[in-house]
Amino acid sequence: MDFNYTETQDMLRDTLARFLADTYDFETRKKMLVRPEGRDPGIWQALATELGILGAPFAEEHGGLGGGALENMIMMEELGKVIAIEPYLQTVVIGGGALKHTGGARADAVIPEIIAGNAVIAFAYAEPQGRYDLANIRTSAKADGAGFVLSGHKAVVYAAPWATHLLVTARTCGSIRERAGVELFLIEANLPGIVRRDYPTVDGFQASEIYFENVAIPGDAHLPGGIELIEQLVDEATVAVCGEAIGISRKLHEGTLDYTKQRKQFGQPIGKFQVLQHRMADIFIEVEQIASMALMGALKLDTPAAERKAAVSLAKAKVSRSLNFVGQNAIQTHGGIGITQELAIGHYFKRGTMIENQFGSADFHLGRFEDLTLAD
Amino acid sequence: MHLDFSPEDLAFQQEVRTFIAENYPADLRGKQDEGDELSKEDFLSWHKVLAKKGWVAPAWPVEYGGTGWTATQKYIWSEETARADCIRLMPFGLSMVGPVIYTFGSPEQKAKFLPGILSGDDWWCQGYSEPGSGSDLASLRTKAVRDGNHYVVNGQKTWTTMAQHADWGFFLVRTNPDAKQQEGISFLLIDMKTPGITVRPIITLGGEHEVNEVWLEDVRVPAENRIYEEDKGWTCAKFLLAHERTGIAGVAASKRGIEKVKTIARAEMDGDKPLIANAFFKRKIAELEMDLTALEYTELRSLAGESAGKGPGPESSLLKIKGSEIQQRLTELTLEAVGHYGAPYFRGFGEGDNAHPIGPDYAHRAAPTYFNTRKTTIYGGSNEIQRNIIAKMVLGL
Repeated sequence: MDFNYTETQDMLRDTLARFLADTYDFETRKKMLVRPEGRDPGIWQALATELGILGAPFAEEHGGLGGGALENMIMMEELGKVIAIEPYLQTVVIGGGALKHTGGARADAVIPEIIAGNAVIAFAYAEPQGRYDLANIRTSAKADGAGFVLSGHKAVVYAAPWATHLLVTARTCGSIRERAGVELFLIEANLPGIVRRDYPTVDGFQASEIYFENVAIPGDAHLPGGIELIEQLVDEATVAVCGEAIGISRKLHEGTLDYTKQRKQFGQPIGKFQVLQHRMADIFIEVEQIASMALMGALKLDTPAAERKAAVSLAKAKVSRSLNFVGQNAIQTHGGIGITQELAIGHYFKRGTMIENQFGSADFHLGRFEDLTLAD
Repeated sequence: MHLDFSPEDLAFQQEVRTFIAENYPADLRGKQDEGDELSKEDFLSWHKVLAKKGWVAPAWPVEYGGTGWTATQKYIWSEETARADCIRLMPFGLSMVGPVIYTFGSPEQKAKFLPGILSGDDWWCQGYSEPGSGSDLASLRTKAVRDGNHYVVNGQKTWTTMAQHADWGFFLVRTNPDAKQQEGISFLLIDMKTPGITVRPIITLGGEHEVNEVWLEDVRVPAENRIYEEDKGWTCAKFLLAHERTGIAGVAASKRGIEKVKTIARAEMDGDKPLIANAFFKRKIAELEMDLTALEYTELRSLAGESAGKGPGPESSLLKIKGSEIQQRLTELTLEAVGHYGAPYFRGFGEGDNAHPIGPDYAHRAAPTYFNTRKTTIYGGSNEIQRNIIAKMVLGL
């Protein structure tokens, strides 16, 4: 057993942290959000070419740095610390993950484009009726000659307005909620018949509703692996947002702790009041548990599916609960100023709140854990 | 002791229902339901209807324009207006400064200010909090220096709700810097059009413009606009805070809120069943109903005490704490219920058509409302301060 990061992993973290400290302060981020595209694409290019770290979790033969889940977690934690509006989760963790798992010519072609910063992938998996059930899929992919025809509606697809590629889950056969027949497709984002409605999200991202209106896609768009592959990808993505939650919650804690030391009421810093001391201690406890559970999840990602799912669900359920506590108490401790757009703290709270339900709420994941491990 | 309405109460209930059905402004219908931000005109249109009917200030004594309703009738009124989703009237005139003026004001002040509050012709805002004085309100530094028949006021107020619309503001200012904190404060009514007043917006997490900073620079206020004695404004402030706390329980509105959560949970699917069939979610709603019922009966007991002659006392802090927590929990359950569609930010929605909607309408404001409602445990005396009040004033600790 070894809980130490390697020297390479430490370097990865330091490189990214230094870069973000220089480029991603709160005021600069605010300006990115009001640009027409809702981000500064130069940052993504710099991550690819200047820092060369978009290859962190990819194999060396694809031009990557040879890492995996831990590298993704490190990246997500640091991106979380600045509430980065960058499509790392969608492009590298999920899109790149799908290509890593399936390999072949598509992987050889697209992974280098991800590493170079040219390919941006959005993950179109959610549907309006589906909540967090990955097999609750109406979108259909009907075989048509050598290819398929896609029809359906995907909900709240983060990063879709920037995407060069869409990673889509669709049903080749079977009825709604049936596991068999759900498959994964990687397609160009601008094919005829793809209709998008774009909008900003409450946590500062850009997303879309995507309507596939009889979209003809080629046969090699299909990444074989079915629902098992999709579940694995979403587990990996779930651990990655748990990593982001470490960064978010550490900043919520740090910002609130600073505030309790500076803010004076009744002639003393409010941090001198025992009720707030205990609250800060409780926030600290929850943040540490977020870090522990994210790490546990990352270390279990390569275990057999049943063990992996149970571990990821426990991790996400705990992270969701803890984020809720940390976020709400950070705002309460700040008072009115915590609810304004002016301070960074409220923006961390907004992103933390969205992570609570992303890829499944605490209830959803506790339910999945029970189904897997507590059968009568 | 019993819970039944008398025949007179039932007749009153019917009268109220009929009145709302016939007189509630048509263009306001559904607005509260969807959480729309309301304009000054929206607020005033319902206010004026009630003012005309004489029902705008049920809590006031009859001699000043109150309705003379019994506690049960007031209860019926708040239940029925919430049930019909009527917008809530701005509290700053009717629930805050109005009672201060009719309790502490001179006959001239009552004659001058109460009619405008009742009619809605004067829009009021509250100049209490300052950047350095939040929970510790008595440390406020905005100062008023006497100059002949005027006070000259300098300082900065913050979190001033709807000051962008205000004609008048009631302000706590320091008139005696040498006295002990609570003893050097006066309660001034200030015309918001007086030269030297600047109102700047503060935008909150959901993108709303509800609150403002108010800067006062050499603002000349006639001394006749001081309520009660000089340096004794804290008496008015304490009275007002207790008044603010009773209405803050918001029981009727939260009852309506639970019905809305149920409606959403019936519409949202969870597998092959509606979300309301999910055992975990259903339990959360049941727990919230439990807490709300406990609050409702606590408030009813407190109101019974009031009509028996006990004024709202420090125990009203209980109503504020539980009421605000329940309001927050409602928004939390709503956000959880809408799932993925909690994320789209409705203020950024571009043109679209019915064939390509962005989730159900009830989801559009779920997250901004959740963010915004964090304020309820902060404003009106934060819940930490309310617990201090209970510990000190009720429990003697």
